[in-house]
Amino acid sequence: MNLTQPVLSARDLRRAYLVAGAPVEAVRGLSLDVHPGEWVAVVGPSGCGKSTLLNLLGAIDRPTSGQLLIRGRDVAVMDDAEATRFRLTGIGFVFQRFYLMPTLSAAENVELPMAEAKRPRAEREARAKELLTYVGLGARTDHRPFQLSGGEQQRVAVARALANRPALLLADEPTGELDARTGEEMIALFDRLNRDGTTIVTVTHDEELAQAARRVIHMRDGVIVDDQVRRPLESVARPA
Amino acid sequence: MIARLALASLTRRRGRTALTIAGVAVATAMLLDMVMLGSGMRESFRGFIEQQGFQLRLTPRGTMPFDSEATVGGAQALVARIAEDPEVVAVAPVLGAKLFTPRADSVVPAFLLGIDPAVQGDYVLAEGRDIAAPDEMVVNGAWLEATGVRLGDTIRVASGYDAQLRRFSGEGSVRVVGRGRFMMLAGGEKVAALPIATVQGMGGEDLRDRLSVVLVATRAGADVETVGRRIEASDARVSALSTEAALRFVDERLSYFRQLAFILASVSLITGFLLVTTLVTVSVNERIGEIAVMRAIGVARERIVVQVMLEGLVLSVIGAVLGLGLGIVTAKWLNEILSAFPGLPAAFDFFLFEPSAAVRSLGLIISCGIGAGLWPAWRATTLSIAQTLREEAVA
Repeated sequence: MNLTQPVLSARDLRRAYLVAGAPVEAVRGLSLDVHPGEWVAVVGPSGCGKSTLLNLLGAIDRPTSGQLLIRGRDVAVMDDAEATRFRLTGIGFVFQRFYLMPTLSAAENVELPMAEAKRPRAEREARAKELLTYVGLGARTDHRPFQLSGGEQQRVAVARALANRPALLLADEPTGELDARTGEEMIALFDRLNRDGTTIVTVTHDEELAQAARRVIHMRDGVIVDDQVRRPLESVARPA
Repeated sequence: MIARLALASLTRRRGRTALTIAGVAVATAMLLDMVMLGSGMRESFRGFIEQQGFQLRLTPRGTMPFDSEATVGGAQALVARIAEDPEVVAVAPVLGAKLFTPRADSVVPAFLLGIDPAVQGDYVLAEGRDIAAPDEMVVNGAWLEATGVRLGDTIRVASGYDAQLRRFSGEGSVRVVGRGRFMMLAGGEKVAALPIATVQGMGGEDLRDRLSVVLVATRAGADVETVGRRIEASDARVSALSTEAALRFVDERLSYFRQLAFILASVSLITGFLLVTTLVTVSVNERIGEIAVMRAIGVARERIVVQVMLEGLVLSVIGAVLGLGLGIVTAKWLNEILSAFPGLPAAFDFFLFEPSAAVRSLGLIISCGIGAGLWPAWRATTLSIAQTLREEAVA
């Protein structure tokens, strides 16, 4: 793994929306590099542009201007099909509200991105089992989301995000719907993922989650106002 | 996996899905019945008119078969002259008259057909045997029921009856030998058939050597219209009506039925379309967050379209198959009701099942089902992922 080349590189990134006919800039000229093995927590008050930034980094929204390179590819110029394919294989998403498919089992939820990537069934099943075991749900593979607790559902969502071995894991308030104890378990899982080599960017209001990250970026009014590395990168192990 | 998700989304709200399928089934049944009605009457008429095996019907000029009591004299000579035509292979004279059957305390009136048993085209024997002697008679079920006579009985009948004087005329003794299905006459009407010479004899001077209709069979490949015109030219007292002309005449009379069938079929189709569209749209709206997440994790737009349209397809296929059975049952039921309409030929069917009609109906409903998924599919795939997730989070 080349630690000198950033996984993600944003330059003068801007995103403006029309609100009641008037343009409002949610992200205003933001520049950022994220290197392999980093765990970046983006914090800041509501409306500061954190989620917009995460959507841009995940190629589910397009910047109004600026450049965004992920693994050397310019996300801003991708068409819908390219961006979809890129998200499938290059990005892992974890959402605040888990968003598992309620009609699929835990294993099938994890298999979904792999099925979309046309991985063979045997490979999908083995990988799903491996990932669910990794997140501590090896015995719950056949359970449907409604049979799992919130924390367990979020673990399945993490396993799903890792299914296609993405270069970048993006998490939007991953502890937002969890109680304190389950939230701590989730933080521990993210920490383990990162120690095992997964590059993570989380957007959060959770102070404990932010404290656990290696680097914390503070945003206000669409720009980065503080960028602190709390724990430098050590040796990076094999990604999960 | 996508097919699995499509089916799972339908089973998630089973009651709602079942109601929609029931609605599609009713719409399909209605559509099938209207398609059957649209072409059924014409084909049914063609079926039994061709079953008789005669291509021309000669009637007293200006009349339709049996729509009046008009007759033509010189029957024997007329039949002989028509038979001489090189294009004619069979001639069947028919004389319409009345038949009165005295019972213990009543008289049963009936319609009497004088026919040539060797070449008749008026009935199909259902029970017993055909006429083999001048005093043998074939009747229909309604006549047997009304008189209480059984096959094999010999009874007294008359061709005339004065109700005030309670006096019969043109009496004779006949033996009932068979029960037939009289195709051109109404189902509930009491009918009997005797050899034409016997009927002419019973009728006295009024019916002597007369006939009401002549059925003519032409040789294969003959120009029926030309033969008809030739016969009309040789005898100004008769009009010739070919099978095709009769069908055209019926077509004109049935055009209102066909228009009605077309309108009702269109309404059924639109109803089915709207039902499926509504259900799939509601289903998509409920899962809009899930769909946004699927798009976010990299599920292609086309796959979402396939999933949504598959839901419409499954609904319409199940509904259409159920509707096919329902349509056949209701068509049979409606046919029984409509066929009992007074004055309609017994062999006339309003709803005629044809496999092509069923295939057409199924095809239309299933196409509608696929089309019905288009709008919700388009909506599902054009949503802004980021905005939808934000709205879902707020909700």
